[in-house]
Amino acid sequence: MSAFWTLLKRDLLLQVREGGAVGTALGFYLVVVTMMPLGLGPDLNLLSRIAPGVLWIALLLSALLSLPRIFEADDEDGSLEVIATGDLPLELATAAKALAHWISTGIPLALLAPVLGLLLNLELSAYPVLVATMLAGTPAISFLGAVGAALTLRVRRGGLLLALLVLPLYIPTLIFGIAAISAATGGPSGFQASFLILSAISLFSLVIGPVAAAAAIRFQTQ
Amino acid sequence: MDLGPHAAFIWASYAIYSVVVAGVIGWLVWDGARLKARLLELEAKGVSRRSRSMSAKPAAKEES
Amino acid sequence: MTKAAMNPQQSLTQRLANPTRFMELSGRVLPWLAAAAALLIAYALYLVFFVAPDDYQQGQTVKIMFIHVPAAWLGMLGYALIAVSSFGYLVFRHPLADVSAKAAAPLGAAFTFLALATGSLWGKPMWGTYWVWDARLTSMLILLFLYFGLMALRSAIEDDALAGKLCAVLGLVGVSILPIIKFSVDWWNTLHQPASVIRLDGPTIHPDLLWPLLYSAVGFSLLFFALHTKGMRNEILRRRLRSLTMAEVDRARTVSATAAAE
Repeated sequence: MSAFWTLLKRDLLLQVREGGAVGTALGFYLVVVTMMPLGLGPDLNLLSRIAPGVLWIALLLSALLSLPRIFEADDEDGSLEVIATGDLPLELATAAKALAHWISTGIPLALLAPVLGLLLNLELSAYPVLVATMLAGTPAISFLGAVGAALTLRVRRGGLLLALLVLPLYIPTLIFGIAAISAATGGPSGFQASFLILSAISLFSLVIGPVAAAAAIRFQTQ
Repeated sequence: MDLGPHAAFIWASYAIYSVVVAGVIGWLVWDGARLKARLLELEAKGVSRRSRSMSAKPAAKEES
Repeated sequence: MTKAAMNPQQSLTQRLANPTRFMELSGRVLPWLAAAAALLIAYALYLVFFVAPDDYQQGQTVKIMFIHVPAAWLGMLGYALIAVSSFGYLVFRHPLADVSAKAAAPLGAAFTFLALATGSLWGKPMWGTYWVWDARLTSMLILLFLYFGLMALRSAIEDDALAGKLCAVLGLVGVSILPIIKFSVDWWNTLHQPASVIRLDGPTIHPDLLWPLLYSAVGFSLLFFALHTKGMRNEILRRRLRSLTMAEVDRARTVSATAAAE
């Protein structure tokens, strides 16, 4: 198990040293959300109504941009093959890398969301709920995204293909993430049910993601 | 045959269905014929595919 | 493998798993399958256009149902077939399972597309618009995206053996998430009429409409299997052709190498 933490620490350290990538995702998030009022008009009532959806979709897109980095650098310098043949089961190694992606990208994006909520006139009472649902939902984005990143590892310019593969898998997270927020701000359905289902989806992807990603990497590094 | 006020939609449905299904059938038949012709061509050139192990070769390769 | 094919003790699936044996058997079955499909579809169309009454609510447009419902069912069957084949390929490493998964993807996508197109054409007179974000239409649309993803991944990877394995992984991930997608989309929109053919309290659809629908569903299913078989045969030929071409290139290389040495 210590190998797991070592790998996780290494990935996080690399993220911090490179730095730029997380900033790029955050900047992209900011720009996409800014485009919305410019495209839809500055009507604050409309914006506050669609704010949860806009914030979630923009978050998905921003996270999507950073997915290829989960395995790319390690594949280029050959350390992925070392990891694949190492003592740590590859399933745990992919889990560590996806977890590193969640910590380095998912959490910052979730924490930036309330700030962007201000731009969209989101009700103040919704902010804790917004952050909570995003923290509960973003693991699914990292762990399912790891599958897509592993599948398109050796595909030249695989970014677009990755988006095509992964976005449909994000639909449940999107639906229940938005449902939980709108329930908390006076929507029709119960907040608790949506939030629990959202967490269940994340847990499910926590299981299936590393296994599938490990299988995909094994086939490619053989 | 009178299909009522929405005949156009019914005909359009059946038309698009026929086009797609016929397209799939046509492509499969054309593709199969082309592959067969090229296999025969190679055989005529004397490339052997006598043995069954030859035809099972891709399988054997994938298992390695 | 060759020796195994001679063994009469083997089960049908084991014998079918040998490509040569599969080519023989499928070559014999395919004409009958195609003929049966053609006959059943022709009979179903006769029933639809000359016998079946109009629906009291939907009028003549109910005629679209007889092709729309089988297409939707085959679109889903296609993905189930891909999932089973992917499992077979990853677990048992049967090369034919990969051939089956590869052949099923475009067929499933075609029928899913047809379900969407006919559903849309049916929706215009019924709902007044070509597209509504109804749960079932939305699920079919997402299914189509999953097919697109599978086909795009396969075409993006040059090494065929690797492409097959990665598509099998994607197919299994897709099928494990499909129920969740279906559930979330249903939850998101529960406005549609409840499923009317398969219900615990028996079908509510009028029997005069049910029989043509059943003939049509069976006919198009047979057509699907005929097309799938044909697609698999083509794929086996394609792989033979590739290995022959590679052998030919190797031979040419050795010949020129020896010639150069002399």
